[in-house]
Parts: sequence; structure tokens; C-alpha cells
Amino acid sequence: MIQVRKLVKRFGLKTVLRGLDFDVQPGEFVALLGPNGAGKTTFLRILASLSRPSLGKVSIAGYNLPAQSAEVRRTLGVVSHLPLLYADLSAEQNLQFYARMYNISNMDARITEVLQMVGLENRRRDLVRTFSRGMQQRLAIGRAVLHNPEVVLFDEPYTGLDQDASQMLDDVLRNVAARGRTVVMTSHDLARAEDLCTRFDVLSRGAITASAAHSELGNSNLLTFYKHALAG
Amino acid sequence: MTVSTQPTARPAALTSFLKAVSAVAWKDLSAELRSRELLSAMMIFALMVIFIFNFALELQVRSRQEVTAGVLWVTFAFAGTLGLNRSMSIEKDRGCLDGLLLAPVDRAAIYFGKMISNLAFMFIIEAIVLPLYSVFYNVNLLNAGLLGVVLLGSIGYTAVGTLLSSMSVQTRTRDVMLPILLFPVVIPVLISAVKASTGFLNAAPMSDILPWLNLLIVYDVIFVSVALMAFDYVVEE
Repeated sequence: MIQVRKLVKRFGLKTVLRGLDFDVQPGEFVALLGPNGAGKTTFLRILASLSRPSLGKVSIAGYNLPAQSAEVRRTLGVVSHLPLLYADLSAEQNLQFYARMYNISNMDARITEVLQMVGLENRRRDLVRTFSRGMQQRLAIGRAVLHNPEVVLFDEPYTGLDQDASQMLDDVLRNVAARGRTVVMTSHDLARAEDLCTRFDVLSRGAITASAAHSELGNSNLLTFYKHALAG
Repeated sequence: MTVSTQPTARPAALTSFLKAVSAVAWKDLSAELRSRELLSAMMIFALMVIFIFNFALELQVRSRQEVTAGVLWVTFAFAGTLGLNRSMSIEKDRGCLDGLLLAPVDRAAIYFGKMISNLAFMFIIEAIVLPLYSVFYNVNLLNAGLLGVVLLGSIGYTAVGTLLSSMSVQTRTRDVMLPILLFPVVIPVLISAVKASTGFLNAAPMSDILPWLNLLIVYDVIFVSVALMAFDYVVEE
């Protein structure tokens, strides 16, 4: 579903990604782990077609970036630590706007379905500025899956959430993944990643330094695997 | 039950483009209708400028007609800068610009949508300022020619302003960066708009006004085209 070969990204003289290779099969839920500054967000922004690769090949669902970026964007949903929502519009108006941008048919029915999925049906006419951080993040997920994308990218979705909101987000993430979607999530929360994901990749100094399926972790936990990957 | 979300069967490219343009403009106007942050800031600023000029330039009727166009366009340009800055800041602050760029639409549609909403905000301010200015300065501004110049000048100003504000919003000093980038580029619009407006207000012959009108039209066409082509590169990393 996602294939990345020898990806390089430079910002001026600074090289952030150094020949990164990355593959994701359909239906996988991959956790992209790594320390701050490793290049996780930059990598996700390239996958989302928000940033151009300096070198290398990126293809998603058979479409190449940056040449077929509009086709790639149609197959993608993106959730970042920012909500990407308009505070002065209601939840429903935000989703209506994105539904128009994605040219979605059955707009009203789909919006109702998505609001029910993220548990905000009873707040549909309320302004987003009145929502808590957790509610905004749930609505952001609703926005990201509104067009039923094959691939969903999550960039630190738990940032700024309290325990209750994080648990609620766990359920929404499981729901998103349970529908056969391919998911890539960056996170610093190893316990949550271990609980949710089917594969773990460690990104360090601009390249993937270790990769393991959940079943390959064996008796060691994700923290041990992660520490080994960074030390190596 | 799962609702089908298939995009409607390959709509014509133009229809899809126009839908995206109208969605962006609708979103901006709906949000502003609710918050009124942008329009109130632009309006208060514009009224203050007119008020200050009214007392600073205690002029004879003849001299007043000479400076009217200049004062008007200074007011529109400064108030417009406030609006352009705010309009793009709203997109940047909550990551909404990324949300727009993630949509599978031609990015020129995003530019056009933003430009149309910025133009609508300019027109609203102009519709309030022109009658007030007529009262303050005792000058009749209900002149079809002048209104045409206001239309052409506003299009040129927002065409460049929307592009440059999407550039300046990426910088840390975005509030000061926009006027620094914008005013040198819109000098041809402001000069020709002032000259053409003065011509209409003083009932000058059309042969004197026409060169300035032509310059305005050419500027509008060139800069709308340049902005459409450059927007994608300006917003992508």
C-alpha cells in the first residue's frame, strides 16, 4: 500500500531524511517510533504530499508522489496534533466544508455516520471553539475518515490529551483500523503503540533503524526493542 | 449501515474546480459571519484613517477633490492588509492550511476561493467607507466610473495580497512581512487606481483616464495568472 525507496529530504543544508526505505502492506497498523527530531513528522508530511521529497521514490496505493499527488490525497486521511478544524464553524459545518472539498456524495448521511462514529452526534451544531481538546481530536479523526480513505496517517494524535480523552481516542483509532484501513501513526507513547499497532518501525537519524511485527517482539516488550533500535 | 462516499462519477474538471472554489469562499464567509473579527478590525481601522485625515487635511473644496482619491486608496490598502493577514492567519494557526492542501483539488481552486472571500471583505468595507467618506469630505463618490475603478483596483490588490499573505504567513514575522512584501508589488495598482479615481472625480476627459484603466486591467490579468501558477509552489514545502 505504501512503498518508499531511498527517500532523502533536505531543508537547505540540513538533511532530515537519509535514504529512508519503508513498506506497509494493506491493513497494517504501523507505529513509527523515534526520538524528537528524528524526522517522523517530516516523513509523514511527505507521505501526505504536503512536502516534496528531495530525492527518492514514494508511492501510495499505486500512485507516485509528487506527480500524482491529487490521486494520493484522495486515498489519504491525515490527523496531526493540530485539529485542522475551523473554530468559528460548528462540527457539522466543518465536515460539510471538507465533504465539499472531497466531492463526497450523500454528504448529510455520511456526516451523521462519522459524527456517530466519533461520539459527537449530539454536539453537531456546536462551535468547535467550545469543544475540549479531546473532542476536537475526535472530530479531527472524523474529518480525516470522512471520505473513507484507504490509508490514514496519525501524527502524534495523543498530544495534549488527558487520560479519559486518550482512552476515548484509543477506541476511535481501533474503530478506524477495524475497517481494514492501512494506518501509520507516529507516537512517543510506547504502551499505547504496543496495544494498538501490528508493526513497529523505529526512525532514527533520518532512516529506519529497526522494524518488527507485534508477533516478533516475543517475550521482550516494545520498550526493550525500542531501546535496542536506538542504541544500534 | 455504511454510507457510500464514492466521489460522484468523475465530474467535469471545471465543475469540480468551481465546487472547491465556492466551498473555500463559503467557509471563510460563514466563519466571518459568526466571529466578525476580521471585518470589525478592518472597519474600525478604515474609519480611524478617514477620521484622522479629515482633521489633518482641513482643505478647501477644490484641494479636497485633489486628495480624495489618495486618501481613499490609502484607507483601502491599509485596511485590506489587516484583512489579508488575518484571513491567512486563521488558516495557519490551527493547521487548517494543511487541511486545505490535503484536499484532492487543484490548488489554484484554494487560491481562488481565498481571493474571492478576501475580495468580498474588501467590498464590504468599501461599501461602508465610500458613503461615510462622502459625508465627511462633502464629495460625491456615487460615480459609476469611480466604482469601476474601485472594483478593478480591489481585484488587483487582493490577487497579489492573497498570494503574498500565503507566503508571509509561513514566516515568524508574518504581521510585518506582508506589508513589506505587498506594497512594493501593488504600487502600479495604487498609482493607477488613484490617478483614474481622481480623473473620474474631477470629470476629466476619458482619454486622460483610459491609460490608467488599461494599466489596471492589464495588472489584474497578469497578477491573477501569475498567482494561479505560483500558489502551488508557495504553499508546498
